[in-house]
Order: sequence, then C-alpha cells, then structure tokens
Amino acid sequence: MKVIIIDYGAGNIQSIQFAFQRLGIQAVLSNSVDEILSADKVIFPGVGEASQAMEMLKKSKLDSLIPTLKQDVLGICLGMQLLCNHSEEGDTKGLGVFDVEVKRFTNAVKVPHMGWNTIQNLQSDLLIEIPENSYMYSVHSYYAAIGAQTIASSRYELEFSAALQSNNFYGVQFHPEKSSKDGAQLLQNFLNL
Amino acid sequence: MLAKRIIPCLDIKNGRTVKGVNFLNLRDAGDPVALAKQYAENGADELVFLDITATLESRSTTIEMVRSVAEQIDIPFTVGGGVSTKEGVEILLKSGADKVGVNSAAIKRPALINELSKAFGNQCIVVAIDAKQVDGKWLVHLAGGTIPTELDLFEWAKEMETRGAGELLFTSMNNDGVKTGFANEALSQLSKTVNIPIIASGGAGTMAHFVDVFKDGKADAALAASVFHFGEIEIKDLKQELQSKQINIRL
Repeated sequence: MKVIIIDYGAGNIQSIQFAFQRLGIQAVLSNSVDEILSADKVIFPGVGEASQAMEMLKKSKLDSLIPTLKQDVLGICLGMQLLCNHSEEGDTKGLGVFDVEVKRFTNAVKVPHMGWNTIQNLQSDLLIEIPENSYMYSVHSYYAAIGAQTIASSRYELEFSAALQSNNFYGVQFHPEKSSKDGAQLLQNFLNL
Repeated sequence: MLAKRIIPCLDIKNGRTVKGVNFLNLRDAGDPVALAKQYAENGADELVFLDITATLESRSTTIEMVRSVAEQIDIPFTVGGGVSTKEGVEILLKSGADKVGVNSAAIKRPALINELSKAFGNQCIVVAIDAKQVDGKWLVHLAGGTIPTELDLFEWAKEMETRGAGELLFTSMNNDGVKTGFANEALSQLSKTVNIPIIASGGAGTMAHFVDVFKDGKADAALAASVFHFGEIEIKDLKQELQSKQINIRL
C-alpha cells in the first residue's frame, strides 16, 4: 500500500511517518502532484498558523489538488482545519471539503487546549474498535464547530468536532500519531478503509 | 473532559539517562528509549527530556536519542536544556520532538520566544522558569536555578505568554528535591496570571502531593523525576489515587 504524507513545510510530519512505521508501513513524504495522485492513501498534516500554511499549499499548487482527490484523505490537526470552509485564524479561506467554520476558543479557558481529552459520539469506520470516551492527545487554539459531517465530538469550553468525514475525506483534530494505542488503531482503521 | 497530565522527567547526559534511575524490569536503566517506553506503558501522559550536557558533540548524541524516542514512543515529549537558537529548535522538532523547552536563553534574549513561536507555532514552545521565593518575593533564577535575576516570576510569566509561549514549566527552587509538596500557592497565582497551561515541577514526594497540586495549585500537569525513577510512586497507582479523589485523568 502506498501512503503519502503531504509535505508542504508545515509541522512535525516525522512523528506521523514513525507512527506508520510502527504499523509496518513506510509512508512517503511528498509535495509532488503526480506522486500524491498515485497514492492509495493520503495524509494531510499541519501544525502552525492557518494563513501561512495555506500560502505554502498554494505555492505547491496543492490547494487545488487536495479537494479533487479520490483516494482516502486524512487531515490531521491544522490539516483538518484547512479542509473546512473558513478559519478565524488569519481570516483564512479553507478548502471547503468540510462544511463548518473554524473558530478560536475564548479566554474563558486556557488556550491552547493541550493534553488528553475524550472523544464521544463516534460514528464512522475510521473509529471502529475505538471505545466511546477514549482519550486522544490534542494541541490547538482553534476548533471546528459541530456540523452534519461531525463523526466524533469532544468538549473544551464547548462541544466541537473531534473528527469529520465527507465521503473519502476524513479529518481529526487530535494527533493519532501521539495518542498511544487508540491513536494507532485509528491509523490502522484508516489503512483498512 | 481534558485530563490532568502526569509527566516523568528524564535527565540526559551524552545520550544516556543520568544515574539514579532504579527500574526493576529494565536491563539497561541508562537507555532513555527503554525507560521512555516503560513510562509510556505505565500510563505517563507525556515525557520531558532534559539535556544536561552542553558540549556540541553531545548535542548530536541528543539528536539521535530524540529520533529514536520519536520512532518508538507514541506519546508526546518535550526536549529542553541548552536550547538557545531557532536552528537548535528546528533540528529538535524535525527529529521528532513535539515541544521544546527554553529557559535561560529566553531570559538573555526574550525576543527569542517571539521568533520561535512565529516560526514553529506557540504550541511547541514551552518556557521553563526556575524561581525561588526570597523575602516573600518569587525571583526567577538562571542556569539551573543557581543565579538569581531581578525578574519577578509572575511578571516574567505574563511576558513569556505575551511573547508566544504555549505552555509554562514552573520549577520552585524552594521545593525542588525536598519532597514536601509542590509550591501550590505560587502555582495557583500563576494560573490566575496567565491563560496558558502550566506544568508544576519541584516537590513531589507522595501521591497526596499530586492531589494537592491539581486541586490547590490548579496545575494542568505535574512533573516529577526521582519518585518515579526510584519506583517510590508507580504512575498506575498514582492515577488510581487521583481518580478516587475526583481528579480527571487518563486511565
């Protein structure tokens, strides 16, 4: 199976590659359109600031490619947020795959939301064999609102989308590559889709 | 609900964990990767590696260690100690560290924190602060807590948050190594001063100290070294105890 991790200069993608390595898969880092098109599965990572990340996507012409992919795509953290309609962070227009807005937590809570939090209302093949209220590791200051495509929710200040799905596009706010056994299960589920 | 975090801290010298680690089931207690694995399996939520060597040669050993840890461990970890440049941070993150701890370098040049958070995002920048209460005033200390500065802990914490710190690691020099509990009063004041997560460090001796640091100290995470290394407190037992005291933790 050919797994490509989109490498557009945003964030710690080494950890994702190592997580697949632990599952026996040598995931390949690439920003080449041809190579991404040839993949069986595509990981769309991202850590950092939304508007800068979107600029980097545009530079590699990946902003127009990603929403047209027919393979299973998994957006992680900022990658998931960039697949949404719009982010308050840097007033960034998203790729519009997930029909929700990305907003900032208020200062009623500590920001960033950092650490292990539970996920609920799990409803996708991406999440099979992961028990309700499993803990996943997250670090983020912005969240995707709840919408029709929400397949898991989490709570911090309010209820937000911990995971989203639209056809072959999946997104998780947390870091499965850093979420111990349940995170590994999620990555394995993604490979099994 | 967001869980409170338990974080063992490992001192690293020349790519090896420093003396005093007494783990029963480990063939090589000096191997940071084996130790990290054991902690992860026992329920540690995160790990902190503190590189206490300063020479350039040993830095490359540290980088190799970071890479092996990232390869094999599936929980987040922070690397600190001697981090003073953007390049130094970049290589640690690229090797697989999730967060980088900055201490003295931020005091010498506070703008470094602006630069780091802009380049890498504030989520991976942990500012470590060593402070000591002297005549009722909490003063920030340099170089592993040995050199006092004029900086007030709370003003400094606020400045670090404003400049882009994503998290604070506060070590009370008064409590460190004494095993009589964390500096809960200062910690809870710190939580009112800043709006970023706080890791409490210094003073852990009993399980009750952890209960107190979360309830009274309002800490988001608690870090300790010797009580875990010497097996005085097992993380699994600690987490059961915290749960029985209605503290939300990951079991």
